[in-house]
Amino acid sequence: MCLGIPGQIIEITDTEKQLAKVDVSGIKREINIACIIDAEHPVDACVGDWVLVHVGFAMSRIDEDEAARTLKILEELGEVEEEMQAMQQGAR
Amino acid sequence: MKFVDEFRDTKKAQTLKKAIHKLAARLAPTQTRPLQLMEFCGGHTHTIFRYGIEQMLPDSIEMVHGPGCPVCVLPMGRVDDCVALAERPEVIFTTFGDAMRVPGSHKSLLQAKADGADIRMTYSPMDALGLARKNPDREVIFFGLGFETTMPSTALTVLQAEREGITNFSLFCNHITTVPTIKAVLDSPDMQIDGFLAPGHVAMVIGERPFDFIAEDYEKPLVITGFEPLDILHSLWMLLQQLDENRHDVENQYTRIVPENGNTPALEAISKVFEIRDFFEWRGLGSIDHSGVKMKQAYAAYDAEQKFSVPNLKIADPKSCQCGEVVKGVIKPWDCKIFGKECNPETPMGALMVSSEGACAAYYNNGYTLKTGTTG
Repeated sequence: MCLGIPGQIIEITDTEKQLAKVDVSGIKREINIACIIDAEHPVDACVGDWVLVHVGFAMSRIDEDEAARTLKILEELGEVEEEMQAMQQGAR
Repeated sequence: MKFVDEFRDTKKAQTLKKAIHKLAARLAPTQTRPLQLMEFCGGHTHTIFRYGIEQMLPDSIEMVHGPGCPVCVLPMGRVDDCVALAERPEVIFTTFGDAMRVPGSHKSLLQAKADGADIRMTYSPMDALGLARKNPDREVIFFGLGFETTMPSTALTVLQAEREGITNFSLFCNHITTVPTIKAVLDSPDMQIDGFLAPGHVAMVIGERPFDFIAEDYEKPLVITGFEPLDILHSLWMLLQQLDENRHDVENQYTRIVPENGNTPALEAISKVFEIRDFFEWRGLGSIDHSGVKMKQAYAAYDAEQKFSVPNLKIADPKSCQCGEVVKGVIKPWDCKIFGKECNPETPMGALMVSSEGACAAYYNNGYTLKTGTTG
């Protein structure tokens, strides 16, 4: 019910009604973008944005840097685990 | 798919599994019972079952599947109201597909549709507004349900209807709120939850701060969590770290989506259109104070409850159902007397069997119908 799906805004279709076309894995449909625009990020700036789409509304702009940071934490966790395992084996 | 596939990586999942086992082993000597960690949101329940996450966890960790499935907790009386509205000849009743099969005291929306009511499934409330534009001689009602994640979409649709002067559109508002519901779970005397995975998409709208009371007043650790398998494992690891360090903080694992202060335009739309109800009746949990919203008087013209007469009868849950205890982690689905027997996904009796996001349906659909030592 509360699920969302990432998509990329490809075109503004109605500036006044704040509607845009989004591409979700090749499926294109019109969505409402009222929740991702403000004075610093007006309607026209939204083309190219990756957004989380929920029931036909863009609910959040996806922060690419944060996505990369989370993955990096997990990457590093893996490296630490491997190193500790190697240390343990080396100590035997 | 970008932002999805990366968070399903098997190698990273194995790393997290090892890290979780290591921390759990360190915590185990301090425990007299398994740690109970609750995922509140039905979306998380779905991911946990779909990816077999419980089987990756050590025996000293037990997942408790919380009440965050709006379709599951919809009381039968409310479904009856939907059917009554839908059976009016002038009405086109529109709803998310999930709500179609929820049993009422006489029938579900699906059965009402088969009996001739004009009921249509829509992907978005905006599609319902489109139907109202196209059918000016009919009354289009949208069945608004869901937590804060979904509230902005229905609020914005009402505001759009108002802007366009569309008068044949209304909302049957059954939205529910997260915080009072978590509080009800925490306040129940048999509660023994040790930590929470908090619903990421609710937090995307309301932000991190509304969850502070769980850390501050109830001294429980909480991690705002995304919906891919790595998100869940990562958050479980973060919860264990908090427990290991004797901390109880609100942490955010889902930073790619959840800003600390939530979504301002979404919150503005919500507070413009909706106000808190004194109480809302839940299937399986009973009445919870302030756990729902209704439409403000300024939008009465768009409120199906005020525009049409709604029976609003209270129908008691079947006595044999033990959904409330399952949701609080007191019993497992298979401990319920009617689980998998009278109550099954084809003919659900209790709330948690209704949607695939409910704990009992998830257990049933994944073959956990008998109590075993390996899955709980």
